Amino acid sequence: MRKLSLADAIREAMIQEMRSNSNVILMGEDVGRFNGAFHVSHGMFEEFGPKRVWDTPISEAGFMGMGIGAALTGLRPIIEFQYADFMYCAMDQIVNEAAKLRLMSGGQANVPLVIRAPQGATGRAAQHSQSVEAYFMHTPGMYVVMPSTPYDAKGLMISAIRLNDPVLVLEHKLLYGAASPGGGKALTDQTISEIGSDVPEDAYTIPFGKADIKRAGSDVTIIATLIMVHRALAVAGELEKEGISCEVIDPRTLVPLDEETILQSVRKTNRVVVATEDVERGGVSAELTSIISRKAFDFLDAPVECVAADNTPIPFGPAAEKHVIPQMEDIRDAVYRVLKD
Amino acid sequence: MTIRKPEDVIEPFNFEGFDSALLKTLYLRMVRAREFEEKLYYLFLTIKMPGTMHQATGQEAVAVGVASVLNADDYVTSTHRGHAHCIAKDVSLNSMMAEMFAKRNGACKGMGGSMHLCDFSKGMLGAFGIVGAGIPIATGAALSSIVRGTRQVAVSFFGDGAINEGVFHESLNMASLWKLPVIYVVENNQYALSMPNELESAVTDLSSRGCSYNVPGRTVDGNNVLAVYNAARQAVEDARNGKGPFLLECVTYRVRGHARFEQPNYRPKEEEELWKQYDPILRFKQAATTAGILSESDLKAIDQQVEKEIEDSIAFAQSGEDVGALDYKQFIYSGQMEGGVE
Repeated sequence: MRKLSLADAIREAMIQEMRSNSNVILMGEDVGRFNGAFHVSHGMFEEFGPKRVWDTPISEAGFMGMGIGAALTGLRPIIEFQYADFMYCAMDQIVNEAAKLRLMSGGQANVPLVIRAPQGATGRAAQHSQSVEAYFMHTPGMYVVMPSTPYDAKGLMISAIRLNDPVLVLEHKLLYGAASPGGGKALTDQTISEIGSDVPEDAYTIPFGKADIKRAGSDVTIIATLIMVHRALAVAGELEKEGISCEVIDPRTLVPLDEETILQSVRKTNRVVVATEDVERGGVSAELTSIISRKAFDFLDAPVECVAADNTPIPFGPAAEKHVIPQMEDIRDAVYRVLKD
Repeated sequence: MTIRKPEDVIEPFNFEGFDSALLKTLYLRMVRAREFEEKLYYLFLTIKMPGTMHQATGQEAVAVGVASVLNADDYVTSTHRGHAHCIAKDVSLNSMMAEMFAKRNGACKGMGGSMHLCDFSKGMLGAFGIVGAGIPIATGAALSSIVRGTRQVAVSFFGDGAINEGVFHESLNMASLWKLPVIYVVENNQYALSMPNELESAVTDLSSRGCSYNVPGRTVDGNNVLAVYNAARQAVEDARNGKGPFLLECVTYRVRGHARFEQPNYRPKEEEELWKQYDPILRFKQAATTAGILSESDLKAIDQQVEKEIEDSIAFAQSGEDVGALDYKQFIYSGQMEGGVE
């Protein structure tokens, strides 16, 4: 099997679906002639032309709303936001329209829409670094997908395109990988041991709401998303040498959330660390902690540890960004704390 | 503070090109919209109806004049003041009335209410409760028509308040850039809740506001259904033939308050009384009978038909089951994920 980077895997998913279904279109800023700011849509304009790949003006609310209108009338648009941060310009269309239309219309509205957005801190300061998942996990009516590996990315993306509901796919900029034409070394991370992963050539789907146990273990459960999956795996590899066995669970989709896989692991290890890149306050780590506390309280031998970003706009200076965003040592320290008693 | 006076905008009725069947349809739709809302008002007064509503009393000619030039499969987006647009696009009174009563046999199964009425089978994509939200959505429906090669046209109705939302400008720019078949209809009823247009628009000639985006526009007498129809027909025909979007301003007047029982104490009574004399249904009746194109008895027959339709719609609504406490659960997602996405 060949290895693909995550960017390649997402591109292959989009291309295969666009080849097999003429109603699938791609819209966004610089996605066409420029091949996408992170080159995720490399070559797609050339293959599909301007009626399938739409280079939009910088009008996020406008093209998001147009994607909804197109979805309501028979197309299956994929809307790329150049940075997840820019989604806030289109919040009304995403939260008030896309996510609510099915219910408001009594089930008449199908909204087969995929929103793709790169996120995560990469030295670009407060408006190009945010992790936005908590806002949308808090928005009933849409799904939230977070692929951490190329294999997951392709299968989840194809599922997303085939679904008749709005799906937000959040991609971490550092995970796009060196094999991505736009990626390069700047977009890799030392904790990602291997950039590519095995990805089948044929189209395949991964169902939503099925967490993946990225590493089995028995002493502590680490629940992590996106790049934190890789940091957790690196930590787990190191701690193994100290005789600590970590289980690393990647929920893959926050909505729907595979509570059962998480709770099963908690019932086995009795100790939990949650590692996410969004800010701690009102964040995904807080939500996961709440679920575990309410549904597996009797199985916990220590309080759940949240490893999340500090409650601050992300500062520019590299030392400050590194302090704000969870690193391997933060996850490792949290594991030590839950194992203390 | 000045608002536009009837004498500044009225156009004479010109019946050229209208046969009596079309005129009867226009009248029927206007009376349906009027009487439907009058009945709602009464039902709210007697506390028989939950929720809220926004009346388009006196604005019916805009909805009816525009929607009556559309094909059944053309698309419309509407606003919080959307009953007339739905009725003009032939959404059934039964399903609308049942929705107002929050019944399971309502247009939106009792999940949407007045501000989210829609009927996808009629191309009515929704009354959007957020001001301006339907504008890019209609624009996207027009883009979809181009991609699918169907020659369908989309119309977005919105008010003078919505024209200052960012999505209006973003949408016109993209529609013009890509020559999308979409008609933007500014239903200028001269008040955005309490705010007269002069206090919130730096340029009050609203149909000129497409010029930044090379979108042609025109202002018409919005209380003259024939003037609206003719302007819309030209715009729709051009859009269908690939000439791109159009911005149509229909000047009218919001005779009632903003919502339900709101009393518009921010404007002079004389202004309301003056505009009431230019009521679109009244003017149409007078012009059509004076010209001898429709008779009093033609009109009366339609009035009676509508009266019966509305009584029937109430009976239909009352025969429906109330929305259950758990009905909503089936409408949050498609349910497709549970069954697999292959």
